[in-house]
Amino acid sequence: MANEKWKMENGKSRHLERQSKRFLMKVQLTKLAHARSGDKGDTANVGLIAFRDNLYPLLVREVTAARVKAHFKGICKGEVERFELPNLGALNFLLHESLGGGGTLSLMTDAQGKTFSTALLRMEIEISDDEAAELGLS
Amino acid sequence: MKDKIRIAAGQGFWGDLPDAPVRQVEGGEIDYLMLDYLAEVTMSIMQKQKARDPNAGYARDFVPLISRILPACVERNIRVTANAGGVNVEGCAAAVRDVARELGLAGKLRIGIVTGDNILDRIDDLLARGIELRNMDTGEPLALVRDQIQSANAYLGAAPIVEALNQGARIVITGRATDTGLTLAPMIHEFGWAPNDWDRLAAGTIAGHIIECGAQCSGGNCQYEWQSIPDLANVGFPIAEASPDGTFVITKHEGTGGRVNVPSVKEQLVYEMGDPHAYITPDCVADFTTIRVEDDGADRVRVFGIKGKPATDTLKVSISYSAGYKAVGTLVYAWPDAYAKAKAADRILRARLDRLGLHFDQILTEFVGANATHGPLAGEPSPDLAEVQLRVGVRGNDRKAIERFTKEIAPLILTGPPSVTGFAGGRPKVEEIVAYWPALIPKSEISPRVKVFDV
Repeated sequence: MANEKWKMENGKSRHLERQSKRFLMKVQLTKLAHARSGDKGDTANVGLIAFRDNLYPLLVREVTAARVKAHFKGICKGEVERFELPNLGALNFLLHESLGGGGTLSLMTDAQGKTFSTALLRMEIEISDDEAAELGLS
Repeated sequence: MKDKIRIAAGQGFWGDLPDAPVRQVEGGEIDYLMLDYLAEVTMSIMQKQKARDPNAGYARDFVPLISRILPACVERNIRVTANAGGVNVEGCAAAVRDVARELGLAGKLRIGIVTGDNILDRIDDLLARGIELRNMDTGEPLALVRDQIQSANAYLGAAPIVEALNQGARIVITGRATDTGLTLAPMIHEFGWAPNDWDRLAAGTIAGHIIECGAQCSGGNCQYEWQSIPDLANVGFPIAEASPDGTFVITKHEGTGGRVNVPSVKEQLVYEMGDPHAYITPDCVADFTTIRVEDDGADRVRVFGIKGKPATDTLKVSISYSAGYKAVGTLVYAWPDAYAKAKAADRILRARLDRLGLHFDQILTEFVGANATHGPLAGEPSPDLAEVQLRVGVRGNDRKAIERFTKEIAPLILTGPPSVTGFAGGRPKVEEIVAYWPALIPKSEISPRVKVFDV
């Protein structure tokens, strides 16, 4: 349902649309966080780091393991695990069965999962206009 | 006791910037130079080299490097910890001794070596005694690949390196020691940390984790404001400035490029992270959820608050084994309709492979420029792409099938879609795959050995 509400226009990543009596807004993770990724065998890890402390609770609430699993559909064939690091304002995701066997067995260009970081940053989350203003995002 | 020591990282992997260790020695004050040479499958390459030449089997670049820096190290009392010994620690140490003598340094330094990590000759004995060395990722017993094993080494921790330093070694050469141990050992040696001082051991371990990938914590591969990171051409490799209380500062030499700040250090902290509550090394279990980081001036980040837990009673073992063959072929298709042409070429290639009756364990097609890194997340490619690289890889146990595949790439130029190039490299090479088998072994099975001798 959410997808119908947020149809893309000219590739722009942020849209406003009336829902009930408030505005919702789409924000791409590139506006909220930076990331680094790597590998352990056939598992890719992505560390997602909030740009500012006040953005971390938003990441915790919105960037769930289930949403990351759905985002990496067709890429991550196993489970997604999530760990919280409030001390660093960071989340760590383990994306199992994602690297074509991993290490030297993999035929992928990115057998070490180095670019999974920016692949995660493509994700968009929905927040209310009010919250965006509070967080200094609008 | 010194109130501070500076440990400099000189290599993020075997093949990193060759002059980085020299610049670490010459660029300012340091007490230790830490050099990590061993990636997961490096040991198998070294094992093969040693099979051909009994004097080989270690990181050969280490010897000419030592030749360049040793006089300065002796003069300024800098010590070196390096896992450059590979599967021939003694051979590496002998070569370093020869270089030191040639430099006129006979009688002026001691070399320490750490061995006992190599268990290749003990595999059958271990398996016979019920130590199955199951794959930590898949759970499979090692017996499945027994005949394909090429190397097997336990990861040793800081303790034997500390022992060598305590005996006065200026250069400590190890085989398969953990990269974190190479950084932690100098701190234990200098500050006299107890073997069960888990918080401080965890702190030194995390310092090692931050600097073990070289410039990846000092501006290299850093996403945060990457456009403004200054002078990466002259990037400064990291230095951990450690204090006896277990706190430390990550920094780099003055006048170097790159950047050390809280975001650059955080990016490296999450790199290759598993469960952050339990970063397990031979020395301790470090808890990454306790790490605090704060700015401490220009290109300085202070790290503190770290908690650790007792070490486990196992060591990780790195086993490498032959796992068949692979080859990757590429061609480049130009505008217009570059992506459509590359896709058509892939269909034609696969039809020909089918007709030849070739079977592979895996065949993978990627379109570089369209979706090789982000797959379906990249969306449908623009029809206006200037070019797309078709990249097809195959893997399997039948070497002949892989070789036959390599002969099917170049013919696509004259027998497939138009405006194609990028074949100057000739036929793809068939590569033997050496795969990685991580396992655990009881610590009681491994006895590290330390030897220290005068040059």
